[in-house]
Amino acid sequence: MASMIIVRKAAISFGKEKVLKNIDLDVNEGEIFGLLGPSGSGKTTLVKMITGILEGDQGEIFIKDQKVPSLELMKSIGYMAQSDALYQELTAKENLEFIAAIYGLKRQERKKAIQEVLEIVDLTDHMDKVVKDFSGGMKRRLSLAASLMHKPDLLILDEPTVGIDPVLRQSIWSELRKLKNNGMTILVTTHVMDEAEKCDRLAMLRNGYIIACDTPEKLKENQKVDSLEEAFLAYGRNEK
Amino acid sequence: MRVGAVVIRIIRQLLRDKRSIALLIFAPLLVITLVWLVLDGDPYEPKIAAENIPAPLEQVLQNELEKDVVQMSESEAKEAFQKEDLDAFITIKNHVPYVLLEGSDPTANSAVMKVIQTAFSSLSDQKNIQPDVEYYYGSDKINLFDQTGSVLIGFFVFFFVFVLGGISFLRERTQGTLEKLLSTPIKRWEIVTGYLLGFGLFTIIQSFVIVTYCVYVLDIWMAGDFWQLLVVTFLLAITALALATLLSAFANNELQIMQFIPIVIIPQAFFSGIFNLETLAEWLQVLSKFMPLTYGADAIQEIMIKGKDLVDLWQDLLILFGFVLLFYVLNIFALKKHRRL
Repeated sequence: MASMIIVRKAAISFGKEKVLKNIDLDVNEGEIFGLLGPSGSGKTTLVKMITGILEGDQGEIFIKDQKVPSLELMKSIGYMAQSDALYQELTAKENLEFIAAIYGLKRQERKKAIQEVLEIVDLTDHMDKVVKDFSGGMKRRLSLAASLMHKPDLLILDEPTVGIDPVLRQSIWSELRKLKNNGMTILVTTHVMDEAEKCDRLAMLRNGYIIACDTPEKLKENQKVDSLEEAFLAYGRNEK
Repeated sequence: MRVGAVVIRIIRQLLRDKRSIALLIFAPLLVITLVWLVLDGDPYEPKIAAENIPAPLEQVLQNELEKDVVQMSESEAKEAFQKEDLDAFITIKNHVPYVLLEGSDPTANSAVMKVIQTAFSSLSDQKNIQPDVEYYYGSDKINLFDQTGSVLIGFFVFFFVFVLGGISFLRERTQGTLEKLLSTPIKRWEIVTGYLLGFGLFTIIQSFVIVTYCVYVLDIWMAGDFWQLLVVTFLLAITALALATLLSAFANNELQIMQFIPIVIIPQAFFSGIFNLETLAEWLQVLSKFMPLTYGADAIQEIMIKGKDLVDLWQDLLILFGFVLLFYVLNIFALKKHRRL
């Protein structure tokens, strides 16, 4: 299977603190890949490096065999940050129109794309509402919609379901699976174990290292445990 | 066009935020009105020149002034007025004393008139003679507000655009939308340009309302052309906007934007002509050369009081434009902190 993302020996430090140390990572085309790790383990830093917002001190990152960072690549990446990057004063539709225009979608394309993504996140009825009046879950869904506007090949989601109720979380995951079936590659960070379970493959991040990377089943099997949580702890012990 | 997208978004955002628009437009009106209501004069030592005046008159004038009266011809005096080196010129025309006032500074006008009137009344044989008084700039109707008011227009435009522009650009960062933007193929210059143009539209409206209000409602002295004044005010507002977006890169929250006010804004007010700078130490006067408001306020004053044209003020305008360009380029570089590309 072809690789979508290749990370080689990536390292970055902020001041004296080494946040990522020697990261190697391969994400295949068309899979849902999870980055699992406690908060502060460097998940967000790693995905920002992959999108090209941050640049590491060492190592290289390639997406579709092109070197990151590249403005050209950013056209085919959809990024949903941990915080809802929305303009509170604007309506849902106006927020999406803005993002669509930034990605250079034509006027007719824009209208169609907005309809499509709003249907995906089930916000069609609220498109003329000002974002300020949205609930936390609705904002999260709108952020997701905004990162899907330009039909990216690679979707990067940083803790997409934080603060979202279980029902909505289910529906988001079923959407992600649909997108995957349409050929999208999805990289998702999480610190929730049952969510990590839903990924095709998983990398466990701890203290700036990847301590394990495999399918959720294999990870559990290797450590002879029943849950990912136990597997994570077991891998962590080995690391020491 | 991505710049266009940023512009449209900013306009939509601001239109929803009525309070901010009110701050931008009506707060300056309120403050200028207050200053207009309370403005008071300061003591001032006038500079007076004379030609062919009787010795006794010269003597009493010197006593009043506590310094010598400079001797110069009328044409020399007019030249000195243009260089702002002189406040008044006295001579005798057709056996009547003739006083020509520089006229643009009402504090100086009244100081000169006080000296001259005292001088004449102390000459016992001249008691009934009233000098002819003419104004080189302005007229006797010009008051202290006409003079400082013109600078205040500049100051308040600068101040409110700075606060609003700085906070808006900062919010882009704190609410995470800048990071989102930087994950798209938008270029850094497109963001900065979009901001300047989007907000720029509102500063045009702001400039228009403030200038109209001052000229037609407060009836501030206006010798020059309305539209030319608008151009200068707008250019000054854009300078403030460019500086604000640049400095917001060095602030982490709204409060820190406010902290720039005593450092960046207030000194400009002190050094840009609201107060008379001539008594100040030279090195302090040099400071004012690095402040955009100095040039903006000067250009506004020249248009409003002396009725000058934009062509006469090309130096001021060029320097302001240079400031905009400098802040704009620096801002594009400052964004590198968030994304190198």
